[in-house]
Amino acid sequence: MSDEYDNNKSYQAQSSELMDGSTGSVNPDIDYVRPAEVGEQDLYHGHSFIEKWVFCQDAKVIGVQYFLTAVFTGIVGLILSWLMRLQLGFPELAGFMTAEHYYQFVTMHGMIMVVYFLTALFLGGFGNYLIPLMVGARDMVFPYVNMLSFWMFFVAVAVLMASFFVPGGPTGAGWTLYPPQTILEGTPGSGMGILLMLISLSLFVIGFTMGGLNYMITILQARTRGMTLMRMPLTVWGIFTATVLAMLAFPALLVSAIMMTLDKVLQTSFFMPTILKAGEVLEYGGGSPILFQHLFWFFGHPEVYIVALPAFGIVSDLISVHARKNIFGYRMMVWAIVGIGGLSFFVWAHHMYVSGMNPWFGFFFATTTLIIAVPTAMKVYNWILTLWRGNIRINTVMLWCLGFIVTFVNGGITGIFLGNVSVDVPLSDTYFVIAHFHMVMGIAPLMVIMGAVYHWFPLVAGKMLHEGLGKWHFWITFLGAYSIYFPMHYLGFIGVPRRYFEMYDSPYMTSAVGMNEFISIAAFIVGAAQFILVFNIIKTLKTGKKAEQNPWKANSLEWYTSTVPPEHGNFGERLPVVHRWPYDFSVPGAKDDFIPQTTAPSEVIHTEVEKT
Amino acid sequence: MHAGIIFLLVIIGSVLFHIFTPWYWTDIASNWGGMDDTITLTFWVGGGVFVAVCLFMIYCVFRYSHKEDRRAEYKPEDKKLEKILTWATTLGVCALLAPGLIIWNQYVNVPKNAIEVDVMAWQWGWQYRLPGADGKLGTTQVRNIADNNPFGINPDDPFGRDDIMVESDVINLENNRPVKILLRSVDVLHNWYVPQFRAKMDAVPGTVTFYWFEPNKVGEYEVLCAEYCGVGHYAMRGGVEVQDKDDYEIWLSEQETFEQLSARYEKLNVDGNKLAKK
Repeated sequence: MSDEYDNNKSYQAQSSELMDGSTGSVNPDIDYVRPAEVGEQDLYHGHSFIEKWVFCQDAKVIGVQYFLTAVFTGIVGLILSWLMRLQLGFPELAGFMTAEHYYQFVTMHGMIMVVYFLTALFLGGFGNYLIPLMVGARDMVFPYVNMLSFWMFFVAVAVLMASFFVPGGPTGAGWTLYPPQTILEGTPGSGMGILLMLISLSLFVIGFTMGGLNYMITILQARTRGMTLMRMPLTVWGIFTATVLAMLAFPALLVSAIMMTLDKVLQTSFFMPTILKAGEVLEYGGGSPILFQHLFWFFGHPEVYIVALPAFGIVSDLISVHARKNIFGYRMMVWAIVGIGGLSFFVWAHHMYVSGMNPWFGFFFATTTLIIAVPTAMKVYNWILTLWRGNIRINTVMLWCLGFIVTFVNGGITGIFLGNVSVDVPLSDTYFVIAHFHMVMGIAPLMVIMGAVYHWFPLVAGKMLHEGLGKWHFWITFLGAYSIYFPMHYLGFIGVPRRYFEMYDSPYMTSAVGMNEFISIAAFIVGAAQFILVFNIIKTLKTGKKAEQNPWKANSLEWYTSTVPPEHGNFGERLPVVHRWPYDFSVPGAKDDFIPQTTAPSEVIHTEVEKT
Repeated sequence: MHAGIIFLLVIIGSVLFHIFTPWYWTDIASNWGGMDDTITLTFWVGGGVFVAVCLFMIYCVFRYSHKEDRRAEYKPEDKKLEKILTWATTLGVCALLAPGLIIWNQYVNVPKNAIEVDVMAWQWGWQYRLPGADGKLGTTQVRNIADNNPFGINPDDPFGRDDIMVESDVINLENNRPVKILLRSVDVLHNWYVPQFRAKMDAVPGTVTFYWFEPNKVGEYEVLCAEYCGVGHYAMRGGVEVQDKDDYEIWLSEQETFEQLSARYEKLNVDGNKLAKK
C-alpha cells in the first residue's frame, strides 16, 4: 500500500446512497428524521445554593462531584503508594513502618485505585457528564436517583476512610480480601477494619446500581431524534457496555461481602473450613475459601473491563478528533467493545490457575482468555489505522492517547503471558503480575483520563488548559511510569514474590535492590508530577485563555450546546436533531474538515459523505 | 517532531533493556524447561507485535503530523484489511496457546512413579511428611493435630503408622525422581514455591492440592511462600535439598516414623493435647 493518497480522486462509497451532487437535485426526504416518540421530560431546577451545588440533580454537577471525590481517593491512594515504595526502595528511611502498616497500605491502595478511583471516575465522573450531552438528552432519566447515587458513593468513601482511624486500623488482607486470613488474627485490621471495608463496598455497590440504571436507561431510552445506536460516539458505547458489565458483576461482590460479613460476625462458614489457630480449633467447618475466589473474580475480571471499556471508547474519540480522521472501522470497534464485554464473564478463573481449583479448568479459561486477545488486538489496530493517513495534531491530548497506545499494548502483551495457563505458573504471584496490571489497567486508563481532562476541560470550565504545562505533565508521567513498570516485569522473572514487606535476601536476588531504589525514585517523581495538573487547573481557572465554542472542531453533540459551559438542560430551547455519526472528519468536498452530527444532508450536498 | 523521537527512544530502550538485562530468570533446576521455552516464544511473538505497533504509530506521528493545507483520508472501513488482521491475530494467538495447553496437560497429569511429599503449611512455617515402606500416606484430620501428632494422622489408619515425619523446615529430595507435592494448610492460604523449580500451587485449608516436578540439579534451594498469608508472609521461608540417590537414602534412614514419634512421646509420658493447650 502506498502512503500517498489523493483527496481529489473520487471515493467509491460502500453505501449506495451517495449524494448526487452533480445534478443538484435534492430529494425532498433527504433530511427526514423520525419524530420523537415521547415528549420531553420536565427538569427540576435547583433554587438554592444547596440544590444547585450540593444535593444537585443535574448530571453534569453530579459528574463533577463524582470526579472530585474520586480524585480525592486517588490522591490518598497515591500517597499510600509512595509509602509502599519508600519501604521497598529505602527501608532504612521507613523505620516508622511495620509489616502491619505496609500490608494495610498495599490493601487500601489497591482497593481505592480499582474501585473508588477508576470505576467511580470513568462511570460516575465521565459517564454522568458526557452521556446526556453526547446522546442529546437534557439530563439522566432519573435525576433524583442519580443524586442519591453520588451521595451513596460519598458515604461509602467516608466509611472507607474512617477505617484508617478505628482500633486495629484498616484491613491489610490484600485488595482481593481472600479468606480465611482476611477475618483471622494474623492479618492486620481483621477486626473493625475489614468490617468497615465490607460495609463500604456494599454501599458502593448499592450507590453504583442507582447510577448504572440511569446510564443504561438514558442511553437506551433518552437519545435525541436521529441518534441511532450506531451513530453514538464510542465513548458512549464504552460507558454503556461497562455499565451493563457492572450491573451483572457487582452483585457477585455484594453477596461475597455479605457472606464474609456473616462469617466474621455470626461465625457462619461460607468460606471457612476447619481451622487450627495457636493450637485451638476454631468454630468453623466445611466452608470453601475457593468459593470466595470464584465470586470475587466473577466480579473482579469484568471489573477490569468496567475500567477498560470506557477508556477504549474515550480514547477512540480523542484520537479521531485530533487526527482529523474518522475512527477506522467504527462497526468493528462497537462489536469489539460488546464482544469483549460478553467474553469478560467467561475468563475469571485465569486469576486462579494456581489457586487449588480443579486444574482441568485451566484448559477452558486459558482458551477463553486468549480468545479475548483477538477483539482487543483489533481495537489496537484500528487506533493506529486511524492515525494512518490522518492529519494529526500533536497536542497534549494526542500525546496522552499515544502514551495510552504504548502502555496498553505493552500491558496487553504481558497479559498473554499470564493468561496462557502454564506460562502463568512461574509468573503468578510475582512482580510480573504487578507490572502487568499496573501497566494495563493503571497507567493506560490513567493516560486516557488525563487526555480526557485536557480535551473536555474547555467544555466543563470554558477555559483552555495551558499546553506547555500539559506537555511537561505528560512526558514526566509517561516516561516515569514506563520506567517504573517496564523493568518491574524482570523482577518477576527472577521470581521475586509480590506482597513482600522486605525484599528477598537470597544471593541471586540481591541484584534487585538497585532496581527497587530506581523504581521508588521514579514513583516519587511521577506522583509529584500529577500536581502539575492541579496547578494548571488552578492557574487556568484564574487567568486562563477563554475557550471558544468547540475549540477542537469536534462533531459530537456535547460541543453544540446553547452555552459553554452547558447549563442545566444542556441544549436550550430545542433538542438537537442528529443526521450522521460523529466521525465525519475531512470529508472530500466539504468546506471544513469536520461535519457536525447536527448538519443535515441537504447542507452538505456536494460532499462525498457516506451514509451512516 | 520531538514527540516521535522520544517515543522511538522508548521503544529502542525497551528492546535494549530486554537484550542486556542482568535481571532474568534463575537457572532452572527442574523438568519445566517447557515453561521457559513458552515464555521465550511469547516474548518473540508478543514483543514483535509490540515493537511493530509502536513503530507504526511513531511512523504515523512523523509522516502525518498536522498541516493546515492537508486533509486526512476519508475511508470509514476497509473490510479486507480488517479480515486479514483478524485472522493473522487469531493465528498468532493459537500458536501461543497450543504449547501453553500442552505443558499444562503435563502439569496436571502426575507420573505414576512420583514420590508423594506431604507439605503442611501454617502461619508461618512448613513441615513435611513422606510415605513409609508401604508407599502410602495415612489419612489425616485437622482435629487430630497435637504435639505428638503434628500432621493429625488418624491413629487407626494402618497406612499412617510408618509415615516418615520430617522435623525440619527443609525437605530433602532425590535428584531425577518426580515428586508429587501434596499441599495442606491448617489455617489460611499459602503457596510452596521454589523459583528454580518454576512450579507452584496454593495450599488451601480444608482441601488437599497438588502439583509435581522432577528436580534435576543437586543443590540447596530456598522455599518462599507465594500466596499472601498475613503479616508473617514475607518471612515464611523453608528449604529444599536435592541429593543424589545414595545421599538421599542415608538422609531418609535418619528420619523418624510416626510410630517412633508416638512412642517417644509416650515415653516422655506427656499428654500432647494438654501441652498444646498450654
